[in-house]
Amino acid sequence: MALKLEISGLKKIYTGAAPGDAVQVFEGIDCIVEKGQFFTLVGPSGCGKTTLLRMIAGLEPITAGNILLNGERLNDCNENIGLVFQEYALFPWRKLLSNIEVGLEIKGVPARERQAEAMTYVEAFGLKGFENRYPKELSGGMKQRVAIARALIANPQVVLMDEPFGSLDSQNRDKMQNFLLKIWGERKDTILFVTHNVDEAVYLSDRIAVMSPRPSKILNIFDINLKHPRDRTSLEANRIRRDILELLDLAE
Amino acid sequence: MIWKRLLPPVVLLLVWQGLSASGIIPAYKLPSPVAVAAGLADLIQTGMPPGHLLHVHIYYSLQRVLWGYALALLTAIPLGLLMGWSHTIRGLIEPLVEMIRPIPPLAWIPIAILWFGIGSKSAAFIIFLGAFFPILLNTISGVHSIDPVLIEAARVLNASRRFIFLKVLVPGAIPSILTGMRIGIGIGWMTLVAAEFTGVKQGYGLGYMIMTARDIQRSDEIIAGMLVIGIIGLGIDACLKTVERQTIKWR
Repeated sequence: MALKLEISGLKKIYTGAAPGDAVQVFEGIDCIVEKGQFFTLVGPSGCGKTTLLRMIAGLEPITAGNILLNGERLNDCNENIGLVFQEYALFPWRKLLSNIEVGLEIKGVPARERQAEAMTYVEAFGLKGFENRYPKELSGGMKQRVAIARALIANPQVVLMDEPFGSLDSQNRDKMQNFLLKIWGERKDTILFVTHNVDEAVYLSDRIAVMSPRPSKILNIFDINLKHPRDRTSLEANRIRRDILELLDLAE
Repeated sequence: MIWKRLLPPVVLLLVWQGLSASGIIPAYKLPSPVAVAAGLADLIQTGMPPGHLLHVHIYYSLQRVLWGYALALLTAIPLGLLMGWSHTIRGLIEPLVEMIRPIPPLAWIPIAILWFGIGSKSAAFIIFLGAFFPILLNTISGVHSIDPVLIEAARVLNASRRFIFLKVLVPGAIPSILTGMRIGIGIGWMTLVAAEFTGVKQGYGLGYMIMTARDIQRSDEIIAGMLVIGIIGLGIDACLKTVERQTIKWR
């Protein structure tokens, strides 16, 4: 059976101090992410995209509904799910190589083996020569490459990415998008990506789910059948971008 | 510019020497710098009381500090980590800590003497109390200062609670623990001298040395002893600063 991440009837309510303070984040999210797919969620800020990723990662309790991975319910942190944080979340006291290794260390892989494996990531991710640098000595783009390597080295079945390029300038952002596509093209990971940047979503994704403002639901799902490398300015890309932006505007 | 930093103390010494030489400051109250230097030489060569040489006093004092300090480190750091980690443990222990903490370490001297007798054990206990609380409080705040996203990053990688404690909370709290250690040794060193004022069985210790000098009106040796205490305190702090710099290069 092919791997599948299935989200059905997912609801999230934050209960406040007083009964009237409760905030409903989702009123029911349904979507399916298939193996090897680059699936992106776009939506206005505050619509709960991050909350959804955090629920899949097991960092946030589920109010109602189900998250199934290959038919099994997910409700805690799980080695099958990896997460790349927007703010990198690298361990500042670990050097670059040791940050990449940490997932293997947790799995109990012997030091020599995990170092060798982390080195292959260092090379593939263009980080050679920086293995012994601390995160504070790295640029934003490098930090995010380390964070992605740290998530991928553990070989999760689904990789969640929460606006990973959100804090990069546009030049570095373009570079990192191409870098991610290259890595993904080689590995065919299943990626669930979150962004508020429609351009980025159209450039990267196989499918794009557009979310409404809170209490949010998925308004529509777009299939992007464009070959990589994509032309950001092609007529087809523009058309999809316009459709998504119109849908977002209508929902406001 | 090193000479700029040296200028004020040199001027101070010269003025002090001048005031002493001209008799404006009576020698029995504040001996001149030259007399203090001679007093220091006496402490090194003859000793106070005679035969009890300075380096042996220093040795005994340092030993007491090390015992008390080591005990404080061994208890305050683990306890602080646990209190920072678990709300339950913190809730249980914090009221007790808050009750004991405001009592000055020196106020414990009488009961310490009753429990441990006059001597090294009492002094080490007082130093322990002086160093314990700053280390404990800084360890707790060190754990709390860790960015929660780092704990989540470890959880997402399926880390055990043990891994999160040892490999995230402990290293993350280290900068703050080192700050606590520096404050702790400073307070420990201060309380030591006072603890030794009240007496020591072995006849050694810098505080004891100064009190003996006072008994026979040797103000030159008192001030020389004070300077020795200050310089050793400075040296200890410099050592810990180096340790700090080496350990938290990542910051």
